[in-house]
Amino acid sequence: MNFTLHIWRQQNSQSKGSFQTYKVDNIDSDTSFLEMLDQLNESLIADGEDCIVFDHDCREGICGACSLVINGYPHGQKNATSTCQLYMRDYSEQNEIWVEPFRAKSFGTIKDLSVYRDAFDRIIQAGGFISSKTGSSPEANTFPVNKSDADSAFDSATCIGCGACVAVCPNSSASLFVAAKINHFDKLPQGKIESHKRAKLMVDKMEEEGFGSCSNHRHCEAVCPQGIDLSNITKMNSLIKPY
Amino acid sequence: MHNLNSKEPTGSIEGRWDKHQFDLKLIAPQNREKYNIIVVGTGLAGASLCATLGEAGFNVKSFCYNDSPRRAHSIAAQGGINASKNYKNDGDSVWRLFYDTIKGGDFRSRESNVYRLAQLSNNIIDQAVSQGVPFAREYSGYLANRSFGGAQVSRTFYARGQTGQQLLLGSYSAMSKEVASGRVKHYSRSEMLELIIVKDKARGIVVRDLVTGKIDSHTADCVVLCTGGYSNVFYLSTNAKGCNTSAGWRAYKKGAMFANPSFTQIHPTCIPPTGENQSKLTLMSESLRNDGRIWAPKNEKDCSKDPREIKEEDRDYFLERMYPSFANLVPRDIASRAVKSICDNGRGVGTEIDGQKLGVYLDFSTIIDKDGESKVKSSYGNLFDMYESITGENPYKVPMKIYPAPHYTMGGLWVDYNLMTTIDGLFATGESNFSDHGSNRLGASALMQGLADGYFIAPRTVIDYLASVDFETIDSTNPEVLSAVKSAEHRISKLMNAPDPIHSPDYFHKKIGRILWNCCGMSREKDSLERAIEEIKSLELLFWKNIKVTGVDDDFNQTLERAGRVADFIELGQLMCLDALAREESCGAHSRVEYLSESGEAKRDDKNYSHVSAWHYDESGPTIIKEALSFEYIKPSERNYK
Ligand SMILES: Cc1cc2nc3c(=O)[nH]c(=O)nc-3n(C[C@H](O)[C@H](O)[C@H](O)COP(=O)(O)OP(=O)(O)OC[C@H]3O[C@@H](n4cnc5c(N)ncnc54)[C@H](O)[C@@H]3O)c2cc1C
Ligand code: SF4
Ligand code: FES
Repeated sequence: MNFTLHIWRQQNSQSKGSFQTYKVDNIDSDTSFLEMLDQLNESLIADGEDCIVFDHDCREGICGACSLVINGYPHGQKNATSTCQLYMRDYSEQNEIWVEPFRAKSFGTIKDLSVYRDAFDRIIQAGGFISSKTGSSPEANTFPVNKSDADSAFDSATCIGCGACVAVCPNSSASLFVAAKINHFDKLPQGKIESHKRAKLMVDKMEEEGFGSCSNHRHCEAVCPQGIDLSNITKMNSLIKPY
Repeated sequence: MHNLNSKEPTGSIEGRWDKHQFDLKLIAPQNREKYNIIVVGTGLAGASLCATLGEAGFNVKSFCYNDSPRRAHSIAAQGGINASKNYKNDGDSVWRLFYDTIKGGDFRSRESNVYRLAQLSNNIIDQAVSQGVPFAREYSGYLANRSFGGAQVSRTFYARGQTGQQLLLGSYSAMSKEVASGRVKHYSRSEMLELIIVKDKARGIVVRDLVTGKIDSHTADCVVLCTGGYSNVFYLSTNAKGCNTSAGWRAYKKGAMFANPSFTQIHPTCIPPTGENQSKLTLMSESLRNDGRIWAPKNEKDCSKDPREIKEEDRDYFLERMYPSFANLVPRDIASRAVKSICDNGRGVGTEIDGQKLGVYLDFSTIIDKDGESKVKSSYGNLFDMYESITGENPYKVPMKIYPAPHYTMGGLWVDYNLMTTIDGLFATGESNFSDHGSNRLGASALMQGLADGYFIAPRTVIDYLASVDFETIDSTNPEVLSAVKSAEHRISKLMNAPDPIHSPDYFHKKIGRILWNCCGMSREKDSLERAIEEIKSLELLFWKNIKVTGVDDDFNQTLERAGRVADFIELGQLMCLDALAREESCGAHSRVEYLSESGEAKRDDKNYSHVSAWHYDESGPTIIKEALSFEYIKPSERNYK
């Protein structure tokens, strides 16, 4: 397969970036999207050019590092999939591909396709935990948890913190990410105790970090690689109502 | 000559850790903020340690190369974590977990360490649950367990196929709480390049800010490495792309001994490679072996057929045939070697690479027929989805194809019972040390070990060290600090300015990977190991002559990052081969073809090799120092899974 790639190149956070066009030829259809970029980078090294910077690590869809906007879609058009799980066979119909970084006011571009997502860490630091300390926990089976609650906590907990929900949102809201964490804990008896306080602290921090609020565009749910449900946001809103 | 003192306590094994803890010194709460601790790596081992030390009131500075601690490679662990809770009432106990781990490690680990690990396993589950880790539960609301990777009891706790993710998010949230409290100061996108030693004690590290390229020193009272394993030395492995050996290797070059470097685990159930440009291999959790049946066509001519058209009588369920009592659940090394030998004998299936088909089937049709697709979906749904998204094939309909891949490294920095290396004040925890798994690790035991180290062991032993030593104040102008910074800068400048730059870091990484996979992978042999050592020596020379790094060094430069890691992998590769050569026996995952029984089982030589091989480096090269192992409680027996 042959592709024409328009890739966002930006030297650093201060400089203005632009799309550069590259051609890649003879790509096997079982090559992953990131492996295709690896091959392009190898050819850039051969030509003596600086490689395209992009974030990635696990390449199994679980670490949340990879973060490309491909032909306008964060993580590409394929449903419930992170960038690293895209294969070139998914692009057999599109031989011209535009690749950009996740864009949002709170995610500055560092270089090329890589962005700062430290704001997510700071939101977790604001309250995304249960205040239990090492050594203070009771025997694990002391408190049974209804299986459906445990399963639903898991469904929210599965968020990989990638930021696609922010990148796609017209308001650059981090609501889906924040709500997923709040709900994960709220579904469990040990987490419920701090639910209201946690929700308030995390949402305040989200606003302070410059993320917008949710006005129900629902794009986040559609691009989320983990299929995090919009109902998480409804639940979060009910928790931050004055109590 | 160097001596190794494991500092194991004596007395009855059940009481050793308790007694030892009592003997360890304490630091009163009001004095704790005077102490500074550097933690490098914030995966399970590091994040859990940061959280615990922060809670206790110490000052911690932590570092990771990822853009957030939540992305450490621990996140990818799928199958589960062991603990001897015996919730299933199937005869499990601390003693049995201890026994299984010693036996699984093929009698090449320390009894005292392993017993402590089994004891602490239960506290880890309590801790994780209180942090909100959403483990799988029964309808009763109580925690669920499954049997995993060769265990005859169900002691594995899991969170669907994402146990590592959920445990890491637990440790990460606990650590985040301490970042908020101000006790932990964390630096992401920061890579350790050198260890700083002042007056024979580890006192700091040199770090490169991966965004700006700036090189800085950080000093403290002690340093803990939690930097994970080195399976990426093979290039293709199940590890995340950034996993590296550099932190541990830099410490080795400064005198920390490296133990059992050749003990690496090849995991039997990974998705086979499909081409030359493949960048990594994906693990399919071992839990799949509970219900999936492994087979290959009996006849070579069937190997290109659609597996669904191969008749039952033409299928060879080779693990069930060779190991009737453990069948598909034999330990990893045995399963991996069996799969390899089937493929070497021309009965592999799937894509042909270098003239060989690398794959066998892992088939779920029996269990789907029996329990239905929805039952299978509830246990393995996300793994099946992952398989389908990678291969484009639906495993509910067509059997999966699997092949072994490098996965875990039992070897690592040598540590004593206190998890301290041979450098005073330098500790190593998690996969980066060699401690508990001997020559082979059991499934679901790495998460357990990383968290035992981070939540319960290192927080006690590090404090004991701090309480025992008088520290002189040092800062960034100390000559040792300056010289460590200089040496890191010098290395970078060498990488940037090779005399004849031709080849990329990946070019060299693939080369070292190929040599090791062929000569120091699933089976090893004297001649080929000796050849490999020579080849690696030439590769090292070529590397420094021809390495080509584009871009500049004071910038975000991922090519430079890779080059530095590959340079260390090449050196480590040599030591792995030396170690494999020196160990003239087979044990666990280390399989020397000269020392296998007729049926292909590892033949240990307890008389001559019941020891840990610790390698010490100085200008004249590596020398081997042996730590003898003694078994008071579990009599070494031949591992037999027939
Ligand atoms: C695909 C897969 C599945 C697995 N499944 C299981 C399972 O089901 N059960 C089980 O028990 N085990 C499993 N394992 C093994 C287990 O996940 C690991 O052994 C364990 O998570 C290692 O944890 P760690 O904290 O020691 O290291 P890691 O999680 O690898 O963390 C290393 C840390 O060090 C940092 N770092 C590394 N080098 C540097 C440097 N030079 N400078 C600064 N920072 C650095 C990294 O950024 C990271 O924060 C699995 C492993 C793999 C690959
Ligand atoms: S909610 Fe979904 S899209 Fe948003 S950070 Fe989590 S996984 Fe990514
Ligand atoms: S690289 Fe880890 S999720 Fe894509």
